[in-house]
Amino acid sequence: MHGKLGTTVASVVVAMVVAACGSSVKLDDKAPVETRSPGDGSADANAGAQGPGSGTGQSAVATVDLNRADEAANANMPRAVYFDFDSFVVKDEFRPVVELHAKRLAGQRSRKLALEGHTDERGGSEYNLALGQKRAEAVLKAMVLLGAAENQLEAVSFGKERPAVQGSTEEAWARNRRVEMKDR
Amino acid sequence: MLAQFRVEISGVGATQLPIAVVRFRGEDTAGQALGGIVRADLERSGQFRGIDTTATLDESSTPVMDEWRARSADALVVGSATRLADGRFDVRYKLWDTVRGVPLGGQSHVVPAIDLRLAAHRIADAVYERLTGNKGVFATRIAYVKRSGRRFQLIVSDADGAPETEREALTSPDPIISPAWSPSGRELAYVSFETQKAVVWVQEVATGERKAVADFRGSNSAPTWSPDGSTLAVTLSREGVSQLYLMGRDGANVRRITQSSAIDTEPVFTPDGRSIYFVSDRGGSPQIYRMAASGGTAERVSFGGSYNISPSISPDGQVLAYITRNGSAFRLMAMDVSGGNIHALTDTNDDESPSFAPNGRLLIYATRSQGRDVLMTTTLDGKIKTRLLSSGLDVREPIWGPYGR
Repeated sequence: MHGKLGTTVASVVVAMVVAACGSSVKLDDKAPVETRSPGDGSADANAGAQGPGSGTGQSAVATVDLNRADEAANANMPRAVYFDFDSFVVKDEFRPVVELHAKRLAGQRSRKLALEGHTDERGGSEYNLALGQKRAEAVLKAMVLLGAAENQLEAVSFGKERPAVQGSTEEAWARNRRVEMKDR
Repeated sequence: MLAQFRVEISGVGATQLPIAVVRFRGEDTAGQALGGIVRADLERSGQFRGIDTTATLDESSTPVMDEWRARSADALVVGSATRLADGRFDVRYKLWDTVRGVPLGGQSHVVPAIDLRLAAHRIADAVYERLTGNKGVFATRIAYVKRSGRRFQLIVSDADGAPETEREALTSPDPIISPAWSPSGRELAYVSFETQKAVVWVQEVATGERKAVADFRGSNSAPTWSPDGSTLAVTLSREGVSQLYLMGRDGANVRRITQSSAIDTEPVFTPDGRSIYFVSDRGGSPQIYRMAASGGTAERVSFGGSYNISPSISPDGQVLAYITRNGSAFRLMAMDVSGGNIHALTDTNDDESPSFAPNGRLLIYATRSQGRDVLMTTTLDGKIKTRLLSSGLDVREPIWGPYGR
């Protein structure tokens, strides 16, 4: 997994260096990163259920597309675990979320998941990066105990750099102290 | 024209030398307020008080010393900028001791128009050194991260943060943190999240050539250079928890130097390269520790409070600047390394990322002001502060570059 990533990064570097004219390196031109949110893919789910022409005539065959159904279920899965202030403990209320993702990974060993740790905005960027990493590692360990393989998972951190919600209220902070699960 | 030098000074230093810096002859033609740049530089140091003057005098003038003494100026800087046939400018200055009525030296710098501000900074450096005995830092550069919405820029600018000197080293839709100048000033190491995780890059400033030097499983962050520029210390989580590692400047020969089960991060080398200050929560809360650069036993250095992070060591190794949390306030502190004396340098609540100027007389840091992330400089007594005018956008993660460029 790491080797493959290394190769990708290396080819990006080459492209950058070739493309760079002058000393400024621009990364803005790359394709925007997909932002998942609950509800994405729901259109697909509907399309699957109400497939065109389904239920009319005698030779109708309704297609059940497991990939698609899985994608739909996938999109509607909860994808975040929230933490108390200064804590790395995966709270009991989030055990089902962790278990759900661990089972999915255990059921399909080719699946990979990134666990992205985040903190609230208070404190230094590097220490928060390490705190977010510790949260992501806590979720990783829990998933491995529940059957996921370590090589299906990577714990990473954005520290306080990518808040889910803006604002300096207790509520905003609580929503930003999280680990997000992202398919790789 | 060119009234961009709004040096915001708060507080009063104990001893400031009153100095008059006139408009240089020919500065309108040159298009840079050379005298104004020199004056603002000197004032930002906290060791000078500028005296208002509308006079224009050049290096061949013979100032009437009584007049300047009557205006309480102890020193006077005069000069000129002359456009040469090849389009470059000959920038000259002369420094006068008005009390004794003697000249203290002068110089000529021949520069292309693009380096006129640099010439002014070099004059300020020469005046500063002649009058204080310490090396000036006005011709150095700083780097920092600018953020507007989903656009992040790693910026390099003159040390005064003048907007027209800002150059983009990197533009990205993803966050950039922790820039670190190599000791030569030719490269910047930094952390970029462009691959959706924290990776340490090293980029040559003049060419933009860059390389991912730490891209291991997990997060790669907090790069810092050894004083000889041969080695990088970084924080890696490739073995689970964030620990400190050393590697060559090209990313080769990675070796772990801390062996704790807690967070170890934010390494900085001491100026002699023999020790490393870093942050660890091995004692239950984040505190600053010091150990040999090769690893081994670490001794705790910070004791007051339950949260002390982001150490920066002065070039002489005598002062440790860091951020402490006090209630909900994050504040810039300075510790006398040998005596352990500690004092707060600000009364703001969101200070971050202190970095020493190469002469050890000033610190740059990030804080918040009127809802914006801004950069400030402060003297080590906390009495003279300047807000850098980088722009109206949010600016963070400042790092002061070395001498030379």
